[in-house]
Amino acid sequence: MKALGRIGLYAALTLAALTFIYPFLWMVSSTLKPPFEVGTLELIPDRITLDNYRTMWARAPFGRALLNSAFVATTITVAVLLLGSITAYAMSRLRFRGAPLLNVVTIAVLLIPGQLTLIPLYTLIVKLGWIDTYAALIVPYLFNATAVLMLRQFFLQIPQSLIDSARMDGMGEMRILFTIFWPLAKPVLAIVAIFTFMGSWNEVLWPLLVVREQQLMTLPQLLTVFALGGGAGSLGVSLASAMVLVVPVVIAYLFLQRYFIESMAGSGTKG
Amino acid sequence: MRAEERSGWLLSAPYVAFLLAFAAYPILFALVLVLLRWDLVTDPAFAGADNIRLLAHDGRFWRAVGNTFVFLSIHLPLQIVTALALALALNRPLALRAFWRAAFFLPVVISGAVVAILWSALYATDVGLINRLLVKIGLAPVAWLTNPLTAMPAIAAMVTWKNVGFYVIIYLAGLQYIPRSCLEAIELEGASAWQRFRHVTLPLLLPQTILVVTLSTINGFQLFIEPYVMTGGGPLRRTYSIVLYLYTNAFSYQKMGYAATIGVALAIIIGTVVLVQRRLIGRAEAM
Repeated sequence: MKALGRIGLYAALTLAALTFIYPFLWMVSSTLKPPFEVGTLELIPDRITLDNYRTMWARAPFGRALLNSAFVATTITVAVLLLGSITAYAMSRLRFRGAPLLNVVTIAVLLIPGQLTLIPLYTLIVKLGWIDTYAALIVPYLFNATAVLMLRQFFLQIPQSLIDSARMDGMGEMRILFTIFWPLAKPVLAIVAIFTFMGSWNEVLWPLLVVREQQLMTLPQLLTVFALGGGAGSLGVSLASAMVLVVPVVIAYLFLQRYFIESMAGSGTKG
Repeated sequence: MRAEERSGWLLSAPYVAFLLAFAAYPILFALVLVLLRWDLVTDPAFAGADNIRLLAHDGRFWRAVGNTFVFLSIHLPLQIVTALALALALNRPLALRAFWRAAFFLPVVISGAVVAILWSALYATDVGLINRLLVKIGLAPVAWLTNPLTAMPAIAAMVTWKNVGFYVIIYLAGLQYIPRSCLEAIELEGASAWQRFRHVTLPLLLPQTILVVTLSTINGFQLFIEPYVMTGGGPLRRTYSIVLYLYTNAFSYQKMGYAATIGVALAIIIGTVVLVQRRLIGRAEAM
């Protein structure tokens, strides 16, 4: 009876896991099939073809979009780590009158739904003349309230004696932050880096508003425009273009899944 | 002490400037925009309460709100049940636990745009994977995304699939805090597995359930890329979402004042619904 229960449990888990994994396998296989075979249930195509990838690559600037996405997401991640750490350091370890207020304001910022500020932010970008620039994609994301709060929380736990003795040695605040705090904060920095990068990599609504020039589009945006504009023309081509966005993420996820789960589940960020 | 005060302000100055420009200003300006008629080309004109009046009588807006409630009425129960079931399975002594967990979480890391494109293909009427499976087992194919009755449920099922791994992690964390002694004590009293679940596990998971309901509700009100890619809001506007309507007003009609009004209304609706849900769950718990 007990053994039967365990078999049932594993059968159910396998079925569940297939529900999550099989669509992605079907997607990969569909991109490798000739048009008349696309969508068939067989995962292994009779004849493997790269035509869908060639067509997709020729019809829209996906290479450029890949670079745009990588550049935007990397810049934002580096900024959120550096600027967020400096802010969190000031808020947690420097006694100044604004610190408690900044903390309350940061929590309040997290509670505001993005849709409330979407249109005013968009009009601001238009007035600044930033439509179709990297600035529009990057500047509004230079700081991240979740990151500031997580780093602040971690920095608060570092013993004061470390800071005191560093100051005794004549170290400035920035040197204390980057040579003493950062090595200790590696796990938190990794968590912040992953959810920031993934948030930017997967974002699609904001680029759809502020970028119209194809050469500046990020991957999810170009993908959406390509699929909707009928540029793809066929299922295989459309899915092949989606692969450009998925493959780097899945490779990173395979190696760092524990950190991904901890980071994305812990921060409340969902692609 | 003076030096610390000075470096404190100095180091937080960029953050303060950022908050003023990208948080405080847009919030205040959202409220100003509600009173304006503005196409971003000509000068903004004062519109008084026109935007608010228009919104109150705008059938398309209220249809989108109604659609969201249809979405939530399917998505919330489905999300809670599947997340809870998978978390309970994962909470047993298992081989390959990390693998199962990673499999369930996989769609969470994939962009919503990709998931929407992939599921358009899965739901496709003649070449889609789901209909091919149905035909294989002898059933008739379903026009998932083009039938007004099935389109929103189909999207709700897809969003559940995409996010469930995230909520499994939340429930798993909660399960870890349920003391084994509690479950063993009531087992000795002769309680069945279902009774143990119903009277110990489920009530103790209430904080996690509230979190799942709150986050999925907020997420549901922000539905955009799925209808945008998969249905364009159709068929018969049955999948038109509030954010899609907001985006269309801003981007296609250049109505900044009206789009901002929709944004403010959406924020108010989200806040109200989340508060009401918490009340209701609290009351159900007290009974």
